[in-house]
Amino acid sequence: MIISVTVNGIGYQREVEPRLLLSDFLRHELGLTGTHVGCEHGVCGACTILFDAEPARSCIMLAVQANGHTLQTVEGLAPHDAALAPIQTAFRDTHALQCGFCTPGFLMTLTAFLRDNPSPTQPEIRDALSANLCRCTGYQHIVEAVTRACKDALP
Amino acid sequence: MPAKTRYLNARVVRNEDERLLTGRARFVDDVDLPGMAHVAFVRSDYAHARITAIDASAARSRPGVFAVYTADDLGEYSQPAPLLVPPPPIEDLIFHPRTHLPLAREKVRYVGEPIAMIVAASRYIAEDAIRDVVVDADPLDPVVDLEAGLAPGAPLVHEDLESNAAAHVVQRKGDYAAARARADIVVTRRLLYDRGAAAAMENRAVVAQWDTQAEELTIWDTTQAPIPIRNGLAAKLGLLQSQVRVVAPFVGGGFGPKIMMFYPEELLVPWAAMRLRRPVKWTEDRQENFYATTQERGQVHDAEMALTRDGRILGVKDVFLFYTGAYDPYGLTIPINTQCTLLGPYDIEHYDSTFTAVFTNKPIVTPVRGAGRQHGVFVSERLLDIAARELGIDRVEIRKRNLLGPDRFPHNHGIMFQDSAPLIYDSGNYLPTLERAAEMIGYEQLVREQAARRAEGRHVGVGVACYVEGTGIGPYEGARVTVEPGGTVRVATGVGTQGQGHYTVFAQIVADVLGVDVRNVLVVTGDTREFQWGTGTFASRGAVVAGSACHAAALAVRAKIAALSAQLLNTQPEDIAVENGRAFVRDAPDRGFALGELALKANPLRGAVRPGTEPGLESTAYFGPDRGSTASGVHAMIVEVDPETAMVKIERYVVVHDCGAMINPMLVEGQIHGGVAHGIGNAFYEQLVYDEQGQLMNASFMDYLLPTATDVPPIETDHRETPSPFNPVGLKGVGEAGCIPTGAVFAQAVEDALRDLNVEILEIPMNPNSLFALIAGAGKP
Repeated sequence: MIISVTVNGIGYQREVEPRLLLSDFLRHELGLTGTHVGCEHGVCGACTILFDAEPARSCIMLAVQANGHTLQTVEGLAPHDAALAPIQTAFRDTHALQCGFCTPGFLMTLTAFLRDNPSPTQPEIRDALSANLCRCTGYQHIVEAVTRACKDALP
Repeated sequence: MPAKTRYLNARVVRNEDERLLTGRARFVDDVDLPGMAHVAFVRSDYAHARITAIDASAARSRPGVFAVYTADDLGEYSQPAPLLVPPPPIEDLIFHPRTHLPLAREKVRYVGEPIAMIVAASRYIAEDAIRDVVVDADPLDPVVDLEAGLAPGAPLVHEDLESNAAAHVVQRKGDYAAARARADIVVTRRLLYDRGAAAAMENRAVVAQWDTQAEELTIWDTTQAPIPIRNGLAAKLGLLQSQVRVVAPFVGGGFGPKIMMFYPEELLVPWAAMRLRRPVKWTEDRQENFYATTQERGQVHDAEMALTRDGRILGVKDVFLFYTGAYDPYGLTIPINTQCTLLGPYDIEHYDSTFTAVFTNKPIVTPVRGAGRQHGVFVSERLLDIAARELGIDRVEIRKRNLLGPDRFPHNHGIMFQDSAPLIYDSGNYLPTLERAAEMIGYEQLVREQAARRAEGRHVGVGVACYVEGTGIGPYEGARVTVEPGGTVRVATGVGTQGQGHYTVFAQIVADVLGVDVRNVLVVTGDTREFQWGTGTFASRGAVVAGSACHAAALAVRAKIAALSAQLLNTQPEDIAVENGRAFVRDAPDRGFALGELALKANPLRGAVRPGTEPGLESTAYFGPDRGSTASGVHAMIVEVDPETAMVKIERYVVVHDCGAMINPMLVEGQIHGGVAHGIGNAFYEQLVYDEQGQLMNASFMDYLLPTATDVPPIETDHRETPSPFNPVGLKGVGEAGCIPTGAVFAQAVEDALRDLNVEILEIPMNPNSLFALIAGAGKP
């Protein structure tokens, strides 16, 4: 079927098979390969995108479900040559990424989290991060990055 | 002399991060080529079965399927994989190499073993076609347990062998029997230590493209060893090495299994791309990753430690069994690491260690971060804890009494390490590390307050465990450093990168030598077209070995800079300073050149040059250490255990470690944090659970639990730096250290918390169920 979807502010119209996963649509039909697929069963969170501004796992959604909806992927956080978003800068400054494969999912989860809760406590940060898996960092520098990104986070 | 140090031992942010943070970094599955076909594999449902027939005709006629291959279709290409790591020269060593075929023929030996390869227009169609392939197989009794596998009459994984023993190795030093006879106490236990999946967030992937016009094969591979893959594939496919380019772009975590060589998929995807004359891609899914990617599993140790009554170790005897899985292409790296690392930082004069590797009908075992070192550390640390308790000696004190002193280096243990060189520790200073860790965790205070806490009904325990890690082994790596005419310095090296920060640490080393901004050093790794000599990332060696090669190449370039500048400025090379991107006369800083300008002058278009002149400001250098450097450290942990639910809360975690000179402390801490998290997973969350038929029962992230941000505590770190004398910068590796003693310190801390229940923890991983059973059974006969 033909779907219309807005991704990172750009409208797309594409014919897709009904069974095409949204993650595959983004990566292989639109070429937005920043969204990564780590488990294909909705646990690891690497494929997290914003779906109508809310975090969603694109590996357990179908492309057709996105028809008429607005999506944001990691490529939309710092479009073109724009400066990095504060959460991206904080990740770099605190060494919150190593292999970087899970990072886009964390960034999308945190973009929504910090929008809704700009001054989280440390336990709230850990709780928010617990929806995404990272094998490299042990999460500590990611917690630091979030803390740094929201200047008024409680110690 | 090099420019003054600005970047070594500095918390430099990473050069590679911007690409990764914006989604622009290329991973293998991002490669998308016109006309690309997609692969899915038919894999064995049985752990052990005889294949009687394969009918792929329905799959072949499915629309969109380009080809289906079985072992019979591979012809001469169906050869057993090479033995990746031959065993070291140990006297009387027995080793039976049995490696896998690209596609199983006649028999399957583990669930997930590939039987047929489907190539189709899309991955969706390829997966549809899996169910079209009919595999007739007669199930055989599987070998799933180490001891049962060695019992007489056990089914044979490899029927040409007399038993399932894959290897038998004895290493001895001193005279353990005599030491035992002198001992005041001998502590004997059976200890079990299981590992698990590496679970890199990126699954494996291979893309291959055969350019029929240029007759060149390009392969993008999530490998930790692009150069050996290139060399091996060229030989297999009858191509020149120069016709094959292997690119390991950004790789989403390695942790060991991405250096198994060759995976069947790595052999088959390029072969199919050449045969079909179109690009071919295979990307593993997570479930496949649990079966088809190698993993590390358990060992069973029957160990004893002989001590004097004042707690000095006289000797250790250990007999252990090791799962190698259905095949053993990685040789004996893991059990030899175990054998060697058991000695730890301790002065153990008499040692008698024997292991038997056992073939089983489970996936192939190859190193996962730590690579068997955990198992050895667990054995010696647990025996020390038990000895301390039986002798009435404090746990930290008994360790202090046995540490090798700083005057004992280099220390030759008199046995062979995995790299076929004698196990010699280069340098170390263990006591201050132990004292610092005990101080940071507040060991004495906690022990003092323990009774009071117990009276409040709280079960709080502390653990302190030591380890060493052999790192930075040979044979060698190389690097090419080039000053580009624009002034950018380019560094190419053969090792790949899986998140370690090579784009930054190699840049730091080179930037210091050449006096340039670290952001102006562009590092390229893992592309055989860029650099074609080297081995790969394993044994915590990338920064040590490739880093030392970068250092050597940068020094050679610096010498060229000084020589050319001196010639152009009519002065001597020793009078030239190289700083801030310029080469100039030290006493007359206005007289000089920007490095880019000098690079142009080093490559003239007209005129004569002196004999022997090499063009450009470029040099290639290699570094090959005689042997590895030995890092060390101490982990300490405070836990609180709820004996009613058997839940364990880690209250604090301290790491004091020594990886020699540090290039970037921020990255070192990152490595430690990740390692500890992996170790915590190993201790209490992760376990590969097989049933009696050899079926993995928890092949998903729903059931195989990786620790999350709420499971891993904040990790407090401190560094000590005892430089290695075996390389010019004094480096030791750090990649695996974080997860090596974690199981041992966890067991000790939990046991301490439950001291009044007399629980003994002799097995890792624990989980709330197994701990609950231990608590419930405590004190019962």
